[in-house]
Amino acid sequence: MTKVLTDARSIRIKGRSFLALVLSPDLPLDDWLVRLDDLASRSAGFFLDRPVVLDVTGLVIDKIQLKDLFEQLAERNVRIMGIEGARPSMLGPGMPPAMKGGKPAADVEVKQREAVSEDAETESEAPAPADLQQGRPAAQSLVINEPVRSGQSIIFPEGDVTIVGSVASGAEVIAGGSIHVYGALRGRAMAGSIGNSASRIFCRKLEAELVAIDGIYKMIEDMSPALVGQPVQLWLDGDSIMASTII
Amino acid sequence: MGKVIVVTSGKGGVGKTTSTAALGAALAQNGERVVVVDFDVGLRNLDLVMGAERRVVYDLVNVIQGEAKLTQALIRDKRLENLFLLPASQTRDKDNLTTEGVDRVITELKRVFDWVICDSPAGIERGATLAMRHADMAVVVTNPEVSSVRDSDRIIGLLDSKTLKAERGERMEKHLMLTRYDSVRAERGDMLKVDDVLEILSIPLVGIIPESSDVLRASNMGAPVTLADARCAPAMAYFEAARRLRGEQLPITIPGDKRGIFGKIFGRKAA
Repeated sequence: MTKVLTDARSIRIKGRSFLALVLSPDLPLDDWLVRLDDLASRSAGFFLDRPVVLDVTGLVIDKIQLKDLFEQLAERNVRIMGIEGARPSMLGPGMPPAMKGGKPAADVEVKQREAVSEDAETESEAPAPADLQQGRPAAQSLVINEPVRSGQSIIFPEGDVTIVGSVASGAEVIAGGSIHVYGALRGRAMAGSIGNSASRIFCRKLEAELVAIDGIYKMIEDMSPALVGQPVQLWLDGDSIMASTII
Repeated sequence: MGKVIVVTSGKGGVGKTTSTAALGAALAQNGERVVVVDFDVGLRNLDLVMGAERRVVYDLVNVIQGEAKLTQALIRDKRLENLFLLPASQTRDKDNLTTEGVDRVITELKRVFDWVICDSPAGIERGATLAMRHADMAVVVTNPEVSSVRDSDRIIGLLDSKTLKAERGERMEKHLMLTRYDSVRAERGDMLKVDDVLEILSIPLVGIIPESSDVLRASNMGAPVTLADARCAPAMAYFEAARRLRGEQLPITIPGDKRGIFGKIFGRKAA
């Protein structure tokens, strides 16, 4: 049985990964800022227009000191888009959001410059992003041999994700390609997150909170009750999510 | 070296403290040296369930901050001489727990005791993550209802990522303790069945504790249920669970399944 599950008007939600610079300050912060100024003077405009994530893992500072650090960085034109490794008590309204699940990429080389000239800012921007793109391994599939627990998210923009186990309510799987769940799918599954409309979602037991393919999503409440609890595959036909049971 | 067990659940009020006390007493009745540690700083309860609330002088936070020695803070049970309690502080909060301090206390306890049972606070914040951090095995306490099951699932995820064992790349041994189980209500569909919970959480069962007024009565008396009335159904279930934690292979009995012949006849008629 095949059913059309979406109407024509739908909202597109996509995952996209961007490369950000990660700054890891160390104590004492005054010394670190001096070294940062030193780096900036050697390579002017290095942080300009670049997304920067502040990594404070293991750094023993409190909320006030962190706020102060943001101000110090803002004075240097370093804009922080997110913060990694902070305790919830260190963050508050008006501060960048906490980020997690980052994947390591190649270290960024700071271009040395003997004399800072007027046109330094435009020149120094070009080289780094190209270098960083090449560092990523060409993995195409990810296999997870245990259940995905509530609160966990599996994000794999590079390709397919196979889960030998269930995806719990409150968990999410986001894949650039297809998603295969050899168990019950109770959480969220988003396939083709980087714009792959040919990707599909397969599961042994469909009890998902939400499914999405290439940004088009569907809640379980909008699906046929006959599909719930059944082994199901979902695919995209135009702007509609189609579903059928698989035996 | 002793074994460290964390009793955890995510959700509050499912029976972590009751289970900690009952398992601690059950293990100690076998002659092993046991300490139960209350990590619920600010909302301590284990001292009440153990009946030691009037004997608390120093607590976990005092030991961590170096204000007292471990031997000064440990309270010996009045009924079992090889059962000890390390109480939490009621006047402080969880920010007083430091990773280094907890590390030092647990290492010291492991040297002296066969079993160190950590009673985790509810939630997934500092208190809970520190309680599970040094554990060798975990007892995940769950009630047969959806919110408790989902919170337990979240906790299992944390046990596999935020503990020392996980950071070393080892697998944490996890056991499911299903508490407040009522087979009649589960059969009626008012409650999740054992199989439903196992299917969602996919970790092995260590025991099913039946819903019983004996548990509440024992808590109010200030005694672990395994000491208050060793022959009541929940106490027997805890004794069996303790034997499984020790490594014995025992078949799991679902409480209430041993209905008499009349129950079976009526059960059929109703269906």
